[in-house]
Amino acid sequence: MPTESSNAEVGDKVSDLILIPQRRWLWHGAFGISAVLSVLFFLAIGYLFVVGVGIWGINIPVAWGFAITNYVWWIGIGMAGTFISAALLLFRQQWRTSISRSAEAMTVFAVAIAALFPLLHLGRPWFAYWLAPYPDTMNIWPQWRSALVWDFFAIFSYLIVSVLFWYVGMIPDLACLRDRARKRPAQIFYGLLALGWRGEARHWRRYQMASLLLAGLAVTLVFSVHSMVALAFAEGNTPGWHSTIFPPFFVVGALFSGFAMVLMLVIPVRAIFGLQDFITAQHLDSMAKVLLAVGLIITYSYVIEVFMAWYSANPYEIYTMQNRMVGAYAPLYWGMIFCNVLVLQALWFKRVRLNSIALFLVGTAVVVGMWLERFMLIVTSLHRDFLPSAWGMFSPTLWDWIILVGSMGFFAMLFLLFVRFLPVVSIFEIRRATSGTEKK
Amino acid sequence: MNGSDTSIMYGLMAEFETPTFLVEAARRTSNAGYQVIEIYTPFPVEGLEKFLGQRRNRLSLFALVGGCIGAISSYFLEYYSAVIDYPINVGGRPYHSWPAFIPATVELTILGAVLAIVLGLFLLNGLPRLNHPVFNVSQFDLATQDRFFLCVKASDSCFDKIETRRFLESLKPVNVHRVEK
Repeated sequence: MPTESSNAEVGDKVSDLILIPQRRWLWHGAFGISAVLSVLFFLAIGYLFVVGVGIWGINIPVAWGFAITNYVWWIGIGMAGTFISAALLLFRQQWRTSISRSAEAMTVFAVAIAALFPLLHLGRPWFAYWLAPYPDTMNIWPQWRSALVWDFFAIFSYLIVSVLFWYVGMIPDLACLRDRARKRPAQIFYGLLALGWRGEARHWRRYQMASLLLAGLAVTLVFSVHSMVALAFAEGNTPGWHSTIFPPFFVVGALFSGFAMVLMLVIPVRAIFGLQDFITAQHLDSMAKVLLAVGLIITYSYVIEVFMAWYSANPYEIYTMQNRMVGAYAPLYWGMIFCNVLVLQALWFKRVRLNSIALFLVGTAVVVGMWLERFMLIVTSLHRDFLPSAWGMFSPTLWDWIILVGSMGFFAMLFLLFVRFLPVVSIFEIRRATSGTEKK
Repeated sequence: MNGSDTSIMYGLMAEFETPTFLVEAARRTSNAGYQVIEIYTPFPVEGLEKFLGQRRNRLSLFALVGGCIGAISSYFLEYYSAVIDYPINVGGRPYHSWPAFIPATVELTILGAVLAIVLGLFLLNGLPRLNHPVFNVSQFDLATQDRFFLCVKASDSCFDKIETRRFLESLKPVNVHRVEK
């Protein structure tokens, strides 16, 4: 915990990042690149709307390709944000306060981007609203027995809840910015967003109650969301998918990629904005430990998948595992093992955990490894079904790559706008933690 | 400053530098018999509960009611659409396949509870409210920075312009402000 800074300094430091325009060429450079990628992303989506999903490499049997891989990956990245701010709040983990705000922002953006992919994958995305239950003239209702409909409700609720959680958590800090802003446009902007918050003690009591309740509900929701995603696979009678381990396996995988992404975002933000006082090496150390713990559960899941295939004595399951290890997509499988299992072991060493460049690289490896895992899970199961006559291959097209890279650019752009215009660190929570009035 | 009429006055506000002074001041104000007091802090300060005369926290009730509304309405919607309005026979599965109806019900229960909590928080706190008499105090922008304010409202039965100011000054604040309505 940063103990030296007084209450005023915390607010000054965080709000000065926003209120005093500074020439940060790194920020401008990053924003330029991400803006170009975002434009490409939307151009590719526009072309998709015109021409259809034929521009992607998907086919029969591999009808799910990059779009669903990206969807599962992005929604997983979102999970750590809710986990860091909500679950660690419930467990009264003080170290979360410095990183919770950027983690929540990451969640909102990642979930919003994730939600695009099932829509784009629909083939006729303009009919996406048919998933919503409303009394239309065609008398069509959603099919409640379908995991796709569960998924729709899960993402929809998750998106609304994470936006509310993020925004409600920011209100006191927006009020702080409103009061510190000296320019009229900033005063009006933050003043409207702060909704007239004035820090009355009774309000604070309700606010704290609301934070706890929201946290409890958000944690429940986040676990259910990933279970729904997993059920969309497990409901299908396809070798490699039809497994009861899927819901917990997906939840842990999501946590894994999410924590890695938080590291990837927090390390540069901390370096660029000089926030080392708030986001200390100790915070990175704690996150690295969580990452290691979650990664070991992932390793366990990989072992169990192989064991269950063998133990089931089901020839199709055994073949799927063999195919993953030595088949056409074997490099992806071993790449995943390398990124998610081997590289991760570096985190046993304290020197690595305290070195932000090394941590950033480990985080990158995990994010890449988790993408490979999602891709491998989806494509290897589909491309070798029960009958050899239904076998096929998938190879991504340029448009697949543009949409994947473009989505990253769009995410980066949203995050850069966030760090420019909203408080990246929760001012009031840090003040409270440093004021010494907190009950131990 | 010569206004003798308390109807244009919201109250008197003392400004403190640390939460410790504030808690002590709140205790003494409460002991002195003032009941209609408001306290403004930049972050939640522990130990103020007993001076605020606050009733039970009603937010959890909002959560319960919102969750129930979400649960009942979504289950009813699923039942109505799949059993009554448009029954489809999918491989001989029962029309009322309740286990399959649970996932959407769970999600909407949580959504209902969350919406109710946020709505409840705004309603009970009277937000959004962009204008408020305390904002008339020029120093009040420090209430979201590092100052702590205690306001005795003019509607308090013990309130007296001169006496209350004298009392607040005895608490050793940085300053005592007059809050215009």
